[in-house]
Amino acid sequence: MFAACLPTRIITNHCFFASLTMLSLDKLTKQYKTGDLALNDIYLEIPDGQVMALIGPSGAGKSTLIRCVNRLVEPTSGSICLNETELSSLSQGELRRARRRMGMIFQEYALVERLSVMENVLSGRLGYVSFWRSYFRNFPQTDVDEAYRLLARVGLDHMADKRADELSGGQRQRVGICRALIQNPELLLVDEPTASLDPKTSRQIMRLICELCKERKLSAIINIHDVFLAQMFAERIVGLQLGEIVYDGPPDGLTPDVLTTIYGEEDWESTIEKVKEEDFEEKRKDSTSLASGK
Amino acid sequence: MSAIRIWKRPPFIKRAWLRWSLTIGGSLFLLVAIGTMDVNWQRVAAGVPRAERFISSFFPPDFASKSSDIWEGIFESLWMTVVSTVIGILLSIPIGLGAARNLAPRPIYLFFRGVLAVSRTFPEIIIALFAVKLFGFGPFAGIIALSIGSIGFYGKLLAEDIEDMDPVQAEAVKSTGSSWLQWLNYSVQPQVTPRMIGLAMYRFDINFRESAVLGIVGAGGIGATLLTTFDRYEFSSSASILLIIIGIVMAVEYSSGYIRKWVQ
Repeated sequence: MFAACLPTRIITNHCFFASLTMLSLDKLTKQYKTGDLALNDIYLEIPDGQVMALIGPSGAGKSTLIRCVNRLVEPTSGSICLNETELSSLSQGELRRARRRMGMIFQEYALVERLSVMENVLSGRLGYVSFWRSYFRNFPQTDVDEAYRLLARVGLDHMADKRADELSGGQRQRVGICRALIQNPELLLVDEPTASLDPKTSRQIMRLICELCKERKLSAIINIHDVFLAQMFAERIVGLQLGEIVYDGPPDGLTPDVLTTIYGEEDWESTIEKVKEEDFEEKRKDSTSLASGK
Repeated sequence: MSAIRIWKRPPFIKRAWLRWSLTIGGSLFLLVAIGTMDVNWQRVAAGVPRAERFISSFFPPDFASKSSDIWEGIFESLWMTVVSTVIGILLSIPIGLGAARNLAPRPIYLFFRGVLAVSRTFPEIIIALFAVKLFGFGPFAGIIALSIGSIGFYGKLLAEDIEDMDPVQAEAVKSTGSSWLQWLNYSVQPQVTPRMIGLAMYRFDINFRESAVLGIVGAGGIGATLLTTFDRYEFSSSASILLIIIGIVMAVEYSSGYIRKWVQ
């Protein structure tokens, strides 16, 4: 680990940053062909095991940021360093291997609708198996066991052979979570996980993602436009506005002034009140469920 | 109290002069075109009883007297159809992948779009004329013609279906670290397969009907037999051939509807 920091070793795909940092972005810039500057000189470090919420208005560059990390969008310039691997300069083959280490969860679930739940979950292992094994759906038994274990963890093991388009929104997002986790990732990239879900399911899905991150000691970047959800579940909030970081701090540091810098002028007092109430509700629910021995 | 605000749907063509000149010009053109169509009503009137006689000479259809020729032609048409549909589809898969804008880099895309455009330019019967000149009379020439026709049809529709697919599903599979072939197999193929199976059935149907025409230029199939019966005024045999063609086309139509529902 420390060898990576020695100047002689930096020449290869190694980064400066010590092992406590899972992901670090340095001077990351993305300019689209249309000329829009989606990300402007972003510097961001995510420590090992941290769940970070990225908030900001639509068009602030949240989606671009997480897509630059796994290079679904090619950054224009800057460095992306995942646990000592510099991602921005990888070749196609190396990039595929690096993508296995980053699980991604999508806004509209992004399940392949005509494939079964099991095939969708196992598609998370594609980076690890040969083409013919995946073509004949002949995955190693350990992968199948892990898929069943994950589906059971999210309460969907009885649905394995259903087609993905037969499931409800919340169920689909659980399958999406399983697909990301079966990659055995170090980092989760989560893009608006609750945007198409109802409030109750949104909370359940956010709670599930955060619990799973704790269980597996994963770091996560969660793009979310819902400020209360971000405050309820994340340890750290980063606010993005027009491609620049305008807030980086704890959830309770989101004062009306801060929200105004991120989103613009609006009556934020009532929003903050509501978060406090919801927090209280959550805690009460947790304590009652603990009391009933659930 | 505010004035009444009248609302009208905004016109499709905003500029009034352009709208009116297109409307008037279009109607004038249509009138002139109809005017130049020289319909000789006496000939039409004379044709009607002739058509009656012609149609009545088709009845009763005679399946028996030329049955060996008829069935030989039908089977030749059928296997030409099967072989050319399979060859055409197999070849159009790589071509279609290359001609999809969201899959192929620009130069490859343009090249395969060119291939598709060329194979769609000529109707099957003209390709068959060339093929007969090159390879001689017989079903081989017909198979070549139908395969090329199938590539133009199937490759274009495959490419367009791939371009219309949901990019997010494809992105999700790519983000797992899959290879390109795995990505095709897990995200593109499931999205396009049902429609492509339906189109394969439809192309089979087209190829069978075309194979009945290709015989006229000597490229094999039932067409040659049909033409012979016409030339010899054996209309009751022609009728039986037409009935068999109709029957087969209907059978394909019915089963393709069923299969499409089943694969959806």
